[in-house]
Amino acid sequence: MSSDILVQYLVSGLMLAMIYALVAVGFTLFFGVLDIIHFAHGDVFMVGAFVALASFLSLSAAGVSVPVVQLLLMTVASIAALALLGILTARYLVLPMKGAPALNVLLMTMMLGTILRESVRLFYPEGANPKAFPSLLPTNSIEIGEISLRVDNIIMLGFGAATIICVSLLINRTRLGLAIRAVAQDEETAKTMGINYTLVVMLTFAVGSGLAAIAGLISGLYYNEINFSMGLLLGVIGFSAAITGGLGNIYGAILGGILFAGLQTIGAVALPFGSAYKDVFAFAVVIIIMTWRPTGLISTLSSERV
Amino acid sequence: MSRFFHRKLSVLPSIIALVVAMAYLALILHVETQSMIIALLTGGAISFFLASRFDLVSMVRQSYSAHERVMDILTALAVVAVSAVYHENSFVLFMMATVLVYVIACLGLNLQFGYAGMLNFAGAAMLGVGGYTAALLGNGQIQTIFLLPLGGLAATIIGSILLPPMLRTHGHYSAVITIAFNLLFTTFLEVYSGFGGTQGLPVVSMSLFNFNFNEDWQLGSFQIAFYANYFLLGFVLTIIVMTVVRRIERSWIGLSFDAVRLDEISSPCFGVDIALWKAIAFMSGNFIIGLAGAFYALMLGYIAPTNFSFSDSLILVTIIILGGLGSIWGIVLTAAIVIILPEKLQAIQEYRFLLYAVVVTLVLLFRPGGLLPRVPRIYLPGWRP
Repeated sequence: MSSDILVQYLVSGLMLAMIYALVAVGFTLFFGVLDIIHFAHGDVFMVGAFVALASFLSLSAAGVSVPVVQLLLMTVASIAALALLGILTARYLVLPMKGAPALNVLLMTMMLGTILRESVRLFYPEGANPKAFPSLLPTNSIEIGEISLRVDNIIMLGFGAATIICVSLLINRTRLGLAIRAVAQDEETAKTMGINYTLVVMLTFAVGSGLAAIAGLISGLYYNEINFSMGLLLGVIGFSAAITGGLGNIYGAILGGILFAGLQTIGAVALPFGSAYKDVFAFAVVIIIMTWRPTGLISTLSSERV
Repeated sequence: MSRFFHRKLSVLPSIIALVVAMAYLALILHVETQSMIIALLTGGAISFFLASRFDLVSMVRQSYSAHERVMDILTALAVVAVSAVYHENSFVLFMMATVLVYVIACLGLNLQFGYAGMLNFAGAAMLGVGGYTAALLGNGQIQTIFLLPLGGLAATIIGSILLPPMLRTHGHYSAVITIAFNLLFTTFLEVYSGFGGTQGLPVVSMSLFNFNFNEDWQLGSFQIAFYANYFLLGFVLTIIVMTVVRRIERSWIGLSFDAVRLDEISSPCFGVDIALWKAIAFMSGNFIIGLAGAFYALMLGYIAPTNFSFSDSLILVTIIILGGLGSIWGIVLTAAIVIILPEKLQAIQEYRFLLYAVVVTLVLLFRPGGLLPRVPRIYLPGWRP
């Protein structure tokens, strides 16, 4: 019995870790190519969840009721929408600010986050209230000995892990990945070697925002509820996870995501009233870890930046 | 020739500007129909644009600083005169007092952000600490006037929790730490039932020497709405805080703040202790914000976590950026715009956070200096470098 509960906590912890990691990888990618922190990234994640929900509703209205088709189209729609949003952000907000004081870029991305958050609150029908997200995956359980695992959780974990592996392959094995790494290492040299800098930045934003879309979709499917302000928490934690693992390092970001999810899950279990105060605890952990190691836990991998 | 260049500027431009600005303010506060308000706002925006285009704004500012003492007194009198026009109108007086709360809070934030360059997105949390202190300690035992400095003190103490992280980090990192703190603060207040939870807490009304601030009073044949009391107290507080902040800016303290902001590497070489000055800026700024929070709570009579959300922190930062980083008169101007505009234009009330975010984005892209950019410090009235 107790092992069953342990597995439940493990699954929920892993799910959280994956969502954090997907968001943190975005932060790290943007920082790598452009040396900026994209503060709106948490809200981009939230928009992804809402696009998925909106496309589910319109598919249902159009009479498509096969869950697999719905899921597939929702995923495509939210990734495409966010990739476009990422490209537009890079092209019209972030790239023109290149050379401006870092403070201005920070404020700019933060205000973009506010714009996204407020737009969803105001313009999505009844966007101020939490929205129910459909559970489209099969919810039956598999029994392995004493342990029971839900099929939907396994599928989501598998999908998330596959996404992370794909991103790492994209960065390490493809020409685009090579270009991204080149720009991250030395922008000037990369330009002289014939890399189209603007295009690489825009594609990086597309990839990072697409990851946020997947994270938003998974989070909606897992918690079955989304709301307009959930991006704030994700943004803060994703950013902290990226820093903890050393900004500019994908594996570091993933490790950071796992660390924060682990701490949060342990906190929810171990602390009295843990579940009521889980967000308070998460923010406190962020402040403490950032104070303790502002350059990241894996200091050899981190670039200075503080 | 040098006599020509150092000729003392006439006081006239600043007096004209003051009269025009006050007449405009009174008009905006008076007008009720939405179409008239929109017309007035458009007219105001166009006139300000033209005035800054033809260097009238900088002329006024030079003239003002040449006759600073006289003009300060005249401005104070003019603001009181505008409030006297509305002595019966509770809503207008409440609005003007709210503007003052934001002016005081932004002056505090300005010490941290505008001068010492420390990003603080937990301004609303510090307001909240001051407000909740006033709510919790105001039980009739303590003279309510002492709740104001106590609120400031509480904000300084709670804020000093953030001091170690703020000293170890800067830029994005301190931004995310203060955001996390503000979110922590509001979620904690919502969850913890001891401070009223999401419902919030009632706050005692202000009273001074047995004079209850929440009562209307008579002056001759005039009926004075009770918000006038809060407005006048807030006005006195604003004058005190503004004087202090301006003295700080002009002194070697302000000079050290600027050094810390502008170059963290070369200022230690000149003997400026970065950690010390950052700590001073952060704590004194939090004190002022907490003071504003306590005053705000006493005026509102009821506070809840939603009064101090992260969005409100963004409003504080918005005021500072739009006014021009480090510019005191910029803060006064934009605080008035940011607070009064959504109250008068009902159509944008709901959309105000969105609107401000868009406006700040545009200002950052096209006019990074803000509406009234900070001018080089002038050590004495009329003094010229």
